[in-house]
Amino acid sequence: MRQSLLALLAKEPAHGYELKQALEQIFGSAYPSPNIGQIYVTLSRLEKDGLVRVVDVEQSNRPNKKVYYLTAAGREALDVWVDEPTEGPRVRDEFFMKLVLAPMTGIADRMALISRQRRHYLALMRDLNELAERTDQGNRVALLLIEGAMLHLQADLDWLERCQEDLS
Amino acid sequence: MSPPPPPIVNTVNLVKIYQNGGVPVPAVRGVDLQVEAGQFVAVMGPSGSGKSTLVHMIGGLDARTSGEIWLDGKRADTLNESAWALLRRQKIGFVFQFFNLVANMTVADNVELPALLAGASPREARERREYLLGELGLADRADAAPAQLAGGEQQRVALARALANRPSLLLADEPTGNLDSRNTRDVLRLLSEVHRDGQTIIMVTHDARVASLADRVVSLLDGEIVDDGAVGPARRRPRATAGDVVELRG
Ligand SMILES: Nc1ncnc2c1ncn2[C@@H]1O[C@H](COP(=O)(O)OP(=O)(O)O)[C@@H](O)[C@H]1O
Ligand SMILES: [Mg+2]
Repeated sequence: MRQSLLALLAKEPAHGYELKQALEQIFGSAYPSPNIGQIYVTLSRLEKDGLVRVVDVEQSNRPNKKVYYLTAAGREALDVWVDEPTEGPRVRDEFFMKLVLAPMTGIADRMALISRQRRHYLALMRDLNELAERTDQGNRVALLLIEGAMLHLQADLDWLERCQEDLS
Repeated sequence: MSPPPPPIVNTVNLVKIYQNGGVPVPAVRGVDLQVEAGQFVAVMGPSGSGKSTLVHMIGGLDARTSGEIWLDGKRADTLNESAWALLRRQKIGFVFQFFNLVANMTVADNVELPALLAGASPREARERREYLLGELGLADRADAAPAQLAGGEQQRVALARALANRPSLLLADEPTGNLDSRNTRDVLRLLSEVHRDGQTIIMVTHDARVASLADRVVSLLDGEIVDDGAVGPARRRPRATAGDVVELRG
């Protein structure tokens, strides 16, 4: 969440609750909605690292509002993050480890493991289908996130099939 | 009490052995498969595991080597070719990997033809065609010739055609193979809709989005069923959103 908060603050200073709302609006239901506590914890860490600073803004009839803004160091950290290539998806899959090691335990039948995993992936896919249907069709970001998750799941299933062909 | 209706499909120890230059190639090795009315079954498995051979035999397009096929409670594997053709026209819709649309007929006529052959009135056939093409985002292609369509469009027309006469059984072999993800979404929506209305479906697919809509997944390996059951239970912790499936780095 650090980077998304930095990015939002690069656009304009904001207080914690505004940041929470902005994240929800951008990612929709495809992103686990951050709770306000997590946001404040992250902001205070960013402050300690010198990446954001906070000012108290007086408000009439209300307690002061803490408004966060990006420092030059924060701006630099954000630029570095955006510019660097991002890690690829995981390959050392936990299920694969189970599958390879299963015969050593003497209990698990590989074919049964594969079948159960396939059903599990398909159940996850069904959740994603339903999520995509519930998602506001105008929210491109949320829909693309869901589609990305679907494509990863498809790759996992294709790989499962390869494991089934070669290990059974 | 009336007896329960027979399954729409029942295969008993179904076997197919091709001869390849005198060498026997076992493609399907003793498959017992019952599909109840209204069920949506996805058939999955590696390439060469016998998926196409199985659905071709169920639709009478490939002769079995041994075993039995029962459709709607009637023995079908012993039918001759013309009896199979009649049965298909009345009861079975097919979608193949290759679409074999009639080249010199418009898209609209391709879709209406099976309904007309099965005895629908011209008006019923037209309304059904308009509905199906509309659902698949092809309403404006009705007057085109198949050759003018992209592969994904032809694929969707083939699906519309297969559903035109409301067959008691829809057999499909990789019907989303040529589709991009937006078109796949249209196909998924239509499939869910006809399934909700009671359509029985047996569909070979590699596409997990399609398979996840099914009531049941049958996995083939080397011509045998190695898994057969409902799609797994949903997540252990039910959630309003599948947000935790979509992992962003924090
Ligand atoms: N017409 C044919 N003649 C000889 N062998 C065939 C023929 N059709 C399929 N086979 C063989 O039968 C097996 C199953 O093929 P198929 O049913 O097409 O599998 P799938 O659809 O799962 O990829 C494969 O080994 C394939 O090579
Ligand atoms: Mg095939």
